[in-house]
Amino acid sequence: MKKVKIFVTLRESILDPQGSAVKSSLTKIGYSEVKDLRIGKYLELTIGDTDRDIDTLVKEMCEKVLTNVVIEDYRYEVEEAN
Amino acid sequence: MKFAVLVFPGSNCDIDMYHAIKDELGEEVEYVWHSETDLSGFDGILVPGGFSYGDYLRCGAMANQSNIMAEVKKAADAGKPVLGVCNGFQILTEAGLLPGALLRNKNLKFMCRPVQLKVENNNTFFTNQYEQGQVINVPIAHGEGNYYCDEETLATLKANNQIVFTYSDDNPNGSIEDIAGIINERGNVLGMMPHPERAVDALVGGADGLALFKSIVKQWRENHVNN
Repeated sequence: MKKVKIFVTLRESILDPQGSAVKSSLTKIGYSEVKDLRIGKYLELTIGDTDRDIDTLVKEMCEKVLTNVVIEDYRYEVEEAN
Repeated sequence: MKFAVLVFPGSNCDIDMYHAIKDELGEEVEYVWHSETDLSGFDGILVPGGFSYGDYLRCGAMANQSNIMAEVKKAADAGKPVLGVCNGFQILTEAGLLPGALLRNKNLKFMCRPVQLKVENNNTFFTNQYEQGQVINVPIAHGEGNYYCDEETLATLKANNQIVFTYSDDNPNGSIEDIAGIINERGNVLGMMPHPERAVDALVGGADGLALFKSIVKQWRENHVNN
């Protein structure tokens, strides 16, 4: 069994108005150190034993369904799951 | 002409779409549930607005995985007219039938009001009953209608006159180049955020959307006479 942690964010070139609004709130309450804030999604998959290559599997799922490559980037980590 | 109105869990403009076709346009129409696997008996496919699958993951992403979408792709490949409105537009971009994507409105608000739309291209399956440059009044109702595509795609859209509608007075969602609706390169798949099906009767605020549906029927009849 594997645990796959997938992080999805809007592409760098795309404005994140939600992130900007949250950043302004932080600035307003005194955290002026925050220069940028971008909001994304976190997905956690538990994958059962398989003969298929885990990287291929995860990339396929990300590109077919889990992300929209037109607007989003993703990265992932694979861990052994108990 | 016989239209299909697709229905997903969470669609909420399907009844308006059905009404527009049946009662205002006077053509045949049937609801088609998302799990169906055949659209061969229909001449035109309408993908209505709403919140299919509760907008889980991304607007339109789950709907794109349903059985019926493989049939919508077949219909589009066969040259049948396919219209996606609002969530329907989002579904068609997720399906890759139209380029680009719809992002969260720039002001982060759900916008629900009439807008002025400019007909940028009246030489299409969907707009031949409008004048070129005509400004029409059609309502919008969306939180994620901010059309985005990369510069290369935008250049292609412009070069092929694929931008069909733009917001003519003020842009409610921050879309690139004020885009409100685009068509595919072949000219038989249109996606738009505003709701023409909600503008088909002067008694409820205007009928500027009706010409869009009349355009489809006119073009369809011409294609079938010529063939």
